[in-house]
Amino acid sequence: MAAAEFDIPEIKETIEVPKIHEGVMAHVKSFPAPKPVQDFMGYPHELGEDWKERAIDKMGDLLGKYRSLKVFLDACVHCGACTDKCHYYLGTSDPKNMPVARQDLMRQVYRRYFTTAGKLFPKLVGAKDLTRETLDEWYSYYHQCSECRRCSVFCPYGIDTAEITMAGREILNHVGIGQKYSNEILGKVQKIGNNLGLPGPALEDTLQGLEEDIEMDTGVPVKLPIDVKGVEVLLVTPSADFFSEPHVESLIGYAKVFHAAGISWTLSSHASEAGNFGLFNGNYETMRKVAMRIRDAALELGVKRIVVGECGHAWRVAYSFWNTLTGIGYGADDPFSIELQKQLDHNYPQPQHICELTNDLINQGKIQVDPSANDDMVVTYHDSCNVARASRMGDMPGGQFIIPRDLIKKVVNNFHNMADDTIYESTFCCGGGGGLLTDDLMEVRVKGALPRVTALNTVVQEHGVNFMATICAICKAQFTKVLPKYGFDMSMVGGIHQLVSKAVKLDAPKQAD
Amino acid sequence: MPMVNIAGKEVEVDEEGYLVDLSQWNEDIAKYMAVEEKVDLTENHWEVVNFLREYYAEYQIAPAVRVLTKAIGKKLGPEKGNNKYLYELFPYGPAKQACKIAGLPKPTGCI
Repeated sequence: MAAAEFDIPEIKETIEVPKIHEGVMAHVKSFPAPKPVQDFMGYPHELGEDWKERAIDKMGDLLGKYRSLKVFLDACVHCGACTDKCHYYLGTSDPKNMPVARQDLMRQVYRRYFTTAGKLFPKLVGAKDLTRETLDEWYSYYHQCSECRRCSVFCPYGIDTAEITMAGREILNHVGIGQKYSNEILGKVQKIGNNLGLPGPALEDTLQGLEEDIEMDTGVPVKLPIDVKGVEVLLVTPSADFFSEPHVESLIGYAKVFHAAGISWTLSSHASEAGNFGLFNGNYETMRKVAMRIRDAALELGVKRIVVGECGHAWRVAYSFWNTLTGIGYGADDPFSIELQKQLDHNYPQPQHICELTNDLINQGKIQVDPSANDDMVVTYHDSCNVARASRMGDMPGGQFIIPRDLIKKVVNNFHNMADDTIYESTFCCGGGGGLLTDDLMEVRVKGALPRVTALNTVVQEHGVNFMATICAICKAQFTKVLPKYGFDMSMVGGIHQLVSKAVKLDAPKQAD
Repeated sequence: MPMVNIAGKEVEVDEEGYLVDLSQWNEDIAKYMAVEEKVDLTENHWEVVNFLREYYAEYQIAPAVRVLTKAIGKKLGPEKGNNKYLYELFPYGPAKQACKIAGLPKPTGCI
């Protein structure tokens, strides 16, 4: 494709901290969004003469709105704890991919325009004017951060580079340099209902085809209903689940679980996407508009429960932000929120993750599974960053680590974790999150996957692992593309519900509620 | 957007080489795109390309991978109705590479 050729890193026995190579990734430039895409989002599509003032104004606006941003820009003491924690630094050796350096790209400008010392004695405090060169560096290096927040786990002050990246991208959008990939998707989800741009009739045709496939495979008429009013569950899931391999295998898994448990459910054509790229751009209003589709669909369909499929950042937005964004959780007090709260069944978490739902059903004996159906599999689990570090699952601390693993162990007999410092809250990003899952960033994606691939290779060598389960559409797409570059088969990645799909018994007798 | 001259016709493509105006597509353009993608077009490739175009004309989107594999299985035999076979034809991925040759817009999202 259009992306430049580059060398694939070599997998070593352990994850090594590379010697720095300044500027080796400075050439990276994701395609900028063209005029129609920027117009729809309400952003300019080119730098005006007043771009610098607009940038500084926007930075001031964000500093006023988000106290966290100001704290993160003020608090860093350059201790260096984060320097070897970013997968993009470990994979590329470019020192600007050290989290502290990524933050400093904005911090130097912040100091110059927003601190007294920086205004008076810029050189003494590392403050710098905002120049076109700095802006270009922002565009390059804020699109070499997947907002995965691994660095924040190791920072003694808890500085979250992801928020600085988000602010950087918001300022860039505001002055007229948007990213084509993310902004095009944000247009499609608002105009058509999902990131893929899959119109209703195509979605219906696809779901019908899947129903035929499942019935042919199993002999059981498992349904994939859409826009059905008055059912118990609304399932929102990434649109990749309708479109791609291996994603679709998990969609089939969800459908089998609902069928086996006798739970009535529906998808929504209006909200046929769980993902919310508004998060990646750091634009609260966009994130809210995208999230509102789901609240609207829930009200329109009159469902009692909202369940989220295998999507990392969707789960972060749902679990952590829906309550204040749209009132689906609790806490909002507008008439629609109140109506929705009355409508929802509070015997269940709202929203609930599909893994928690399935795990509970197995625990309660409401569905049966046969793990021997997956005896050809030796499985490991990749914690997706947004699930691991930005949300929770279930009602216990660490539920987001425990529930997915519990569920896997119920449906497979052979499971091995990867090394401790690469999983749970220290998990390494797949390398394609946060709006980087685009062909024009393939070099960043392949190199950024190196730490995860190194850890995977160890369990492949030591335990014969042949499948890495994960619960994020981006992780699945990213690994499908980059694992072959490292010599692994693309089919060794897939969702947890791909495993559930094989193990769940469709003809099992159900116990009464 | 860059313009390229294909068999005497000026056509506009985007940064990644996808055709901007779908109505301009013809077999020469498909052949040109295939050379760019280092794909040798055989009859089996054309089956995929033609199916993509038919599906797009009806639904305004490329078919999901499952829809495509099933259709190809029906046309070329069940042993070819799978993802692996499609990747043999279009090594960069049927969704993106075959769409480009067929003159369809690039699918976006978490794919």
